[in-house]
Amino acid sequence: MALLEVSGVTVRFGGNVALDDVEFAAEPGLVTGLIGPNGAGKTTLFNVITGLLPPSHGQVRLDGRSLTRLSPTKRARLGMARTFQRLELFSLLSVRENIWVAADVRKGWSHDRDDPATVVERIVEQVGLTAVADARVDSLPTGQCRLVELGRCLATKPKVLLLDEPASGQDENETVVFAELLRALAADGMAVVLVEHDVHLVMKVCAQVHVLDFGRIIASGTPSEIQHDEAVLSAYLGTNS
Amino acid sequence: MTQPVTMPPPTVNLLEFRNVHAAYDRIDVLFGIDLAVPSGSVVALLGPNGAGKTTTLRVAAGLHPVSSGDVLIAGRRVNGTAPEELARRGLCLIPEGRGIFPNLTVRENLRMMTYAGVSLSAVEEEAYRRFPRLKERRRQLAGTLSGGEQQMLAMARGLATRPALLLLDELSMGLAPIIVEELYEIVAQVAREGVSILVVEQFASTVLGVADLAAVLVHGKVAKVGTPAELADDLSKAYLGA
Amino acid sequence: MDKFLTFTIVGLSLAAIYAVIASGLVLTYTTTGIFTFAHGAAGMLAAFAYWQLRFDWGWPVPVCLVVILGMMAPLFGMLLEVVVMRGLRGTTDTVKLVVSISLLLFMIGLAQLIWAPGVSRPMSKFFASSPTIHLGPTTITWHQAITIGVAIVVGIALRFGLTRFRVGLAMRAAVDDPSLSALNGARPNRVSMVAWALGTVLAAIGGILIAPNVTLDAPSLSLLIVSAYAAAIFGRLRSLPLTLLGAIVVGLTDGYLTGYLPQNQYLIGLRIASPAVLLFLVLLVLPNPRLRGRMTRSREFFPMPSVRGALTFAGVVVLGGVVLMTTLSTPDQLTYGRIFPIGIVALSLVPLVGFGGQISLCQLSFAGIGGLVMAHLGHGGDPLALVWAVLIAAAVGALIALPALRLSGIYLALGTAAFATILDRWIFTLPKFAVFGWFTVDLFTQGSIGVDPLRAFGTKFDDPGSQIVIGAVAFALVSLFVIAIRRGRLGRRLIAMKDSEAACATLGMNLLGTKLLVFAISAGVAGLGGALYATQLTTIQAGNFDLVSSLQVFALAVVGGIGAVGGALFAGISLYAVLPLIGVLFPSIVQWVGLLPGATGIGLGRDPNGAVHPMREGFAPLAGSPSSLLVMALALAALYGLRLADAIDNWTFVIGLFVIPLIATAVATLSAATRQRVLAQLESSPDRTPLEWIGIDRPWTDADVERLDRELGTTSVLASELELHGTP
Repeated sequence: MALLEVSGVTVRFGGNVALDDVEFAAEPGLVTGLIGPNGAGKTTLFNVITGLLPPSHGQVRLDGRSLTRLSPTKRARLGMARTFQRLELFSLLSVRENIWVAADVRKGWSHDRDDPATVVERIVEQVGLTAVADARVDSLPTGQCRLVELGRCLATKPKVLLLDEPASGQDENETVVFAELLRALAADGMAVVLVEHDVHLVMKVCAQVHVLDFGRIIASGTPSEIQHDEAVLSAYLGTNS
Repeated sequence: MTQPVTMPPPTVNLLEFRNVHAAYDRIDVLFGIDLAVPSGSVVALLGPNGAGKTTTLRVAAGLHPVSSGDVLIAGRRVNGTAPEELARRGLCLIPEGRGIFPNLTVRENLRMMTYAGVSLSAVEEEAYRRFPRLKERRRQLAGTLSGGEQQMLAMARGLATRPALLLLDELSMGLAPIIVEELYEIVAQVAREGVSILVVEQFASTVLGVADLAAVLVHGKVAKVGTPAELADDLSKAYLGA
Repeated sequence: MDKFLTFTIVGLSLAAIYAVIASGLVLTYTTTGIFTFAHGAAGMLAAFAYWQLRFDWGWPVPVCLVVILGMMAPLFGMLLEVVVMRGLRGTTDTVKLVVSISLLLFMIGLAQLIWAPGVSRPMSKFFASSPTIHLGPTTITWHQAITIGVAIVVGIALRFGLTRFRVGLAMRAAVDDPSLSALNGARPNRVSMVAWALGTVLAAIGGILIAPNVTLDAPSLSLLIVSAYAAAIFGRLRSLPLTLLGAIVVGLTDGYLTGYLPQNQYLIGLRIASPAVLLFLVLLVLPNPRLRGRMTRSREFFPMPSVRGALTFAGVVVLGGVVLMTTLSTPDQLTYGRIFPIGIVALSLVPLVGFGGQISLCQLSFAGIGGLVMAHLGHGGDPLALVWAVLIAAAVGALIALPALRLSGIYLALGTAAFATILDRWIFTLPKFAVFGWFTVDLFTQGSIGVDPLRAFGTKFDDPGSQIVIGAVAFALVSLFVIAIRRGRLGRRLIAMKDSEAACATLGMNLLGTKLLVFAISAGVAGLGGALYATQLTTIQAGNFDLVSSLQVFALAVVGGIGAVGGALFAGISLYAVLPLIGVLFPSIVQWVGLLPGATGIGLGRDPNGAVHPMREGFAPLAGSPSSLLVMALALAALYGLRLADAIDNWTFVIGLFVIPLIATAVATLSAATRQRVLAQLESSPDRTPLEWIGIDRPWTDADVERLDRELGTTSVLASELELHGTP
């Protein structure tokens, strides 16, 4: 049984179907990619998984437990963490404080004995933000902001990490470092789900890739299978088959 | 009212981007776009998700500010000009998705188009001539039309207001191939009448035969310019890394 | 049956008025995205103007109507759009709220400036002398008939205008998609100007129709609009048909309560408060909004206060209290003493609004609860009553927060405003009642209730002087408490929550618990302020704690800087020191003073950092210059000594109080600047070498040659070229 299971998820806005019977799963220790053209429903799917948007139908399961009726907060406490495509940082706080809030929240409800301050220092180093740890996040370039969001997620000790376009705004060098970081996180046993426009990155780090188009999963497979899938090619390139 | 853009001599670029940068909040999207739409030609802007195609059009139409660089229309710098002023001077952007007012009737939607300086009867005549289906549905709320009909209504503005410069954002999005073909047939007709067109598409194949030139946008920069056929291979690389 | 019909007609005629006003509100909100609290005030001004033209000057009715509805109201609406509303695009909800509340205060001030309050201004109804119309078993007055008729005409005209005129289409189009509307070529500024003009005319029609039914009083007429807000909320501020339905519900409720409510002294207030109750109820059944990320990015900058800065601030506040006690005459002490308790009420907004991003327009209501607790439990000045005041106010705050928590932004503002209205129109007016037979409560016994002065350490603090010091000490302590919140875990959580609730929830934060906690803390602090305020006033009445006062404190605290304790002090000082001082200094403009809180809010409300922030930045050099600081302290102490010895009067003293810190800051700034310049000179000294020294202490460079050429006006031959070619 997969750690994260999404089954039959459908979302309708008015008459439009944003997600149509989506099935997919993420395994611990692996990076699972989710790609697809604009408006395919990737962020909507993340909203459903994290509980920000109730689906019209379908189930989200974590470790076999149904999350469908749980609030975002409860889901987070069960081990779900995500970043945001549009960056939802605490802009008035420093990098350290951003991560500290997450660590402190975890300390508040869990039985962890870890001192938030220690957790924060470890994470700041892990994501490579030591040099700017005391800078206010709204003074940082986008690439580093993405890392702050990632660090914040890590402070909650997630089992499932949902990353929404974490590499956009990063330059090529940053992306290389980031790919290493992703692999390391997966190696630690997290199930990482990656929504990303940078297809090179996806192909490089993902074990499994799902392609979303018009709210439906049109293909699933290894990166090389996806690259030669007819349905994917036609979704991306519009070749009328 | 303001004068419409006078047709410049054919060698002049009707629309030109010079090293244009743009950002959303602090997220940079365009990193120095250089692109020209020669007068009377159809240029396709292709590229993967998130490359900045839509932003490029929004910048040209005055909906989104330029952080640096210049946008020129008919040789004149238009940075900072309000979208409604550009619209009244003959620029027409048909935005992606729904370019219509869903809670207005078809006829009311057509009437909004008269702000561009054309009379209602002229707008109606042109719109109904090209898309007879709209005439049958003129009293219906635009939101209740089918996707294809909505796109026709949106497209009607590009025809009926007689713009000098037409910007089209993903006409094909969410539409059946047959309707897409129909719409591009009309784009080709409009192009033959001498309107300069910049069309954004993800699909290179859709604009084959319509566009004179195509540019591939990757990561907020123009990666390559050529004919659509020349660029098809580069596109699949850009999209899927294959 | 007759009675039923009669009150149906009463209700429908009210509904008609609410419908007209509320449709104006919906129109402006949907087309421009700004919810205006000042909408009712526009109607109020129109009612006063109508009274002036029709009844004071005796103009004929049609002329009055044409002048007001055809000229004044639309022009006023357009003026509002150009001067105020246009600048609010893309600002945060709080800023929009503060500006529109300030506008409300300004317009009330304006009305009171032109038409002195307290004068009876009777307005007769339309065709009051004509006989009533018989309608089956019941009758209907001409005024009622006209009111209902006008509403119907307005409804039809709106429908016509919004479908047949192009600008009407553009207004509806702007609701669907403003940027597409601009792409079509519609000018957004013109469209919103028409919307504001039309909205103001609708408010004016409503104001003129409703005024004959009530007393012509600026604040109450402006807030009567709560009823219209309730109607608009039925339509979720968007749908005109649902707004009409809402207006009918609110109007009929009022009508039937008038007719059928048992003649019971406990329920009289309920009728008056019924629109607010309905508003509150409707807000509660609105579907839960989805958690969203931030919509508008604020440009706030609230630096973390340092411990040293906090202690200095607290010390200065206490010293200030002592100075006020020792230098002021008793009547002046009574006036200026309110700085601190009202300042504490403003402080209660800092964690709630400033850190947590929640909005409350009912802080004075919590203060009223604190005051009442002090009055009832503080017999003989028992200081323990202060603790009770805090606890009970906090408990009520939490109770209110519970339903209000699911609201945010404009809806939370309306919900808390409704609560304030319910409290001051109904609960505070209740006669003696028993609580489940346990004990009886008699809130404001005869409309007012006495409060005993505090007694502690065997001393009775019954003189205004010592009360000032107590207020100052309390303010200082609460400031430290608020700063401690900011520096601690709760503060960071609140700031995080304000920035992104979606992010907080997905990190596992308990949003409800956090909001509940901050609401309770805030209400408790406001309760403390209210209790101290009550001891200063010695007798309190419901009117001390009404919605308009809450609005004033809210607006000024935001103007001062809602993210810092200094902003709260700013609010207290503005209301109870600056305004009275202006009145004393410039007696000729004393009547204009009422305009000031509103005017400052309109002018300064747009800076999210508040007015205190630049002031603190200005004084910053002082902190870096111990010598200036010491000299300033000595000079101030000497000044104070002179004042105590009666060698100088209060005016000289006050001027000295302003001038000495300014001089000290100027000196500190200058010396810092000089130091910087010297440093800069040292660093860039090569460039400053006199011409004749160039090349003597170090080899020639190209730059030196260029400089020489520039200064001598010769043509350039570069040093490198000289070397290459040997001779020039």
